[in-house]
Amino acid sequence: MRGLIYTITFASLVGLAFWAYQENIKTKSAIAHTEKLQKEIGIARARLSMLRAEWAYLNRPDRLTELVDLNFARLQLVPLRASNFSEINEINFLGDPDLPDVVSLPVRLTLKANSRD
Amino acid sequence: MTDTIKRIAVRPLSRILPARIRGEDPDKIEKENLKIRHEQMRDFERVRSNIRLLLIIVMFACIYIAIAARLAVLASSQPAEPVAQANNSLIFAQRADIVDRKGRILATNLETYALYVETRHLVDPLNTAHKLANLFDDLSAKDLYSEFTGKRKFLWIKKKLSPEQMQAVHDIGDPGLRFGPRQTRLYPNGALASHILGGASFGKEGVHSAEIVGVAGIEKTFDQQLRNPTRSKKPLKLTIDLSVQAAVEHVLEGGMQLLNAKGAVAILMEVDTGQIVSLASLPDFDPNHRPRVPVRGAAAESPLFNKAIQGVYDLGSTFKIFTVAQALELGLIDPKTKINTTGPIKIGGYKINDYRNNGPELPVWEVITKSSNLGTARIAKLIGPEKQREFLSSLGFARPTSIELIEAKGGKPLLPKRWKELETMTISYGHGISITPLHLATGYAMLANGGRLVKPTIIEEVKLELGPRVISKEVAHNSLAMLRGVVMGGTASIADVSGYFVGGKTGTADKPSAQGGYDKEKNITSFASIFPIDNPKYVLVVALDEAQDTSGPEPKRTAGWTAVPVSAEIIARVAPLLGLRPKFNNNSTLSLTLSNWHE
Repeated sequence: MRGLIYTITFASLVGLAFWAYQENIKTKSAIAHTEKLQKEIGIARARLSMLRAEWAYLNRPDRLTELVDLNFARLQLVPLRASNFSEINEINFLGDPDLPDVVSLPVRLTLKANSRD
Repeated sequence: MTDTIKRIAVRPLSRILPARIRGEDPDKIEKENLKIRHEQMRDFERVRSNIRLLLIIVMFACIYIAIAARLAVLASSQPAEPVAQANNSLIFAQRADIVDRKGRILATNLETYALYVETRHLVDPLNTAHKLANLFDDLSAKDLYSEFTGKRKFLWIKKKLSPEQMQAVHDIGDPGLRFGPRQTRLYPNGALASHILGGASFGKEGVHSAEIVGVAGIEKTFDQQLRNPTRSKKPLKLTIDLSVQAAVEHVLEGGMQLLNAKGAVAILMEVDTGQIVSLASLPDFDPNHRPRVPVRGAAAESPLFNKAIQGVYDLGSTFKIFTVAQALELGLIDPKTKINTTGPIKIGGYKINDYRNNGPELPVWEVITKSSNLGTARIAKLIGPEKQREFLSSLGFARPTSIELIEAKGGKPLLPKRWKELETMTISYGHGISITPLHLATGYAMLANGGRLVKPTIIEEVKLELGPRVISKEVAHNSLAMLRGVVMGGTASIADVSGYFVGGKTGTADKPSAQGGYDKEKNITSFASIFPIDNPKYVLVVALDEAQDTSGPEPKRTAGWTAVPVSAEIIARVAPLLGLRPKFNNNSTLSLTLSNWHE
């Protein structure tokens, strides 16, 4: 009887040791994988922030103003002014019955064009 | 225990029987034996418990040694991020961005490299020195060579490299040339809002990284917060609107050039919250290449000087409305009270006069629209020095503004040491008291929002509520009507921007000359305006330094010809950007009040 208990205990010790060894290996590889992913995320973020900075740099007001001036012949963009607004009753809807009710439309219809700021 | 203690019978027959024979008491033998047995048992127990105690001591000692050893290891080793759940250090080292009220980037970080040399690894110092000097204009081959061959083992060459420069240095190919990764602060909009942002530079530097520290403006005020790694992903949001700021600076710069001004200031503020939408001070600078603080000459001449919050000026007639508002509030006058405007007033060896003759008397509202110094001075006399000082202090004109820019502390108002009747009279029209343009904007915001104080702020997070009431709603309403009158028929008629009802007050103040007294040819012109005045939303303060309009036969130096047209153009440009819908029919209560006064 005692011999049997000893045998079982020893066998389970060997089994557990094997299991622990495997878990250790798995954990290590998972950590290595995480590290690699973190590095990739870090690089991606650095690139993202670089792109954001570039985007902000390309959209700086100075450059946009210059572009507007350069392309004036083609685009004819001018700063938005009070004269670019108009009243809702000044809009000609050509009496199209399919158009929605005038009153329920958003008011600032004329705001879209002609802004360069 | 049974194994270790030798059991001996307590009544051994070998002793009992002879004792009986001798007639002795056999119980004595038993007692004696029992005593011996107990002594043996006691000794045994003592030894055993001693062993146990020793074991416990050893065990605890082991535990304590283990804990102490772990602590020592933790204390002496380099800290490492827990790899499994923490983010990569690449992400964490960032300084937080600064964005405008719509989230557009005002300041961000850029990955770059610093160049350094480890001289013991240099293969060809002479060639390397020459090639580096060819690449960078500010380096000399001779100096570099003497450094390379000198005693130093390590030296910095460049703090920031562009990718092209880095490639060129790579191409030199000397193993002694090394690159250290760096983050550098980038202001993508260049000089735009430079005085607000301030600038940043490197603090402690190492080969692998360098800390970025704010040196001025918002970067310095919020340095700790921007550097805080837990907040690195949360940008600092300002109340500035980038497109409005660009338009304001554009117009202001144009105006400054046209009018040959030395400097210019513009502040655009929300009247209900005190939030600054735009703050410009010209000349400005590029925070990406922040100029050095001048060692010689006046600090105010440097482009680094923020005129809007650091510069204190006599702002002239823009002050008159405060005098009138206070007198109205105290019930000393009403808008139609006639005020004596005969001049000059001679007081304390000083003469007060009007710019032009306004006749013997004017109603109060016309004292404002015609900008009469005599009328205002006489109203101030009714108020008295003590009350005037209290009122101006309650507007915050006695201490620097509380805006969150480090330079604001420098904008300490200059008040007269002796505040008697003469000072009261000159201060009533803005002479003898120097405040920053931001103080003035705050005062006008108070008039515009119906009489409650506001605190100027530039941080979106700060939710400000209106401060204590300074003047009643009715007085504020009457003051606004007078300011509207200034634009409709007074000194600021150019400011009548179609669609946006503007009200405001001009100010022209001669600059103190170096010889004492005032210089008639040099002045500061200002225009403090409120728009749309029938439902006030914004205050705009524009001030120009030594501006003059030379388009006519004689140079015009008054605010009506300098600060007012610039302000009008700014309002016409930015009001649509601010989402204000123009109105072309004027049927507000304000114009009613004005026409009532006219009758």
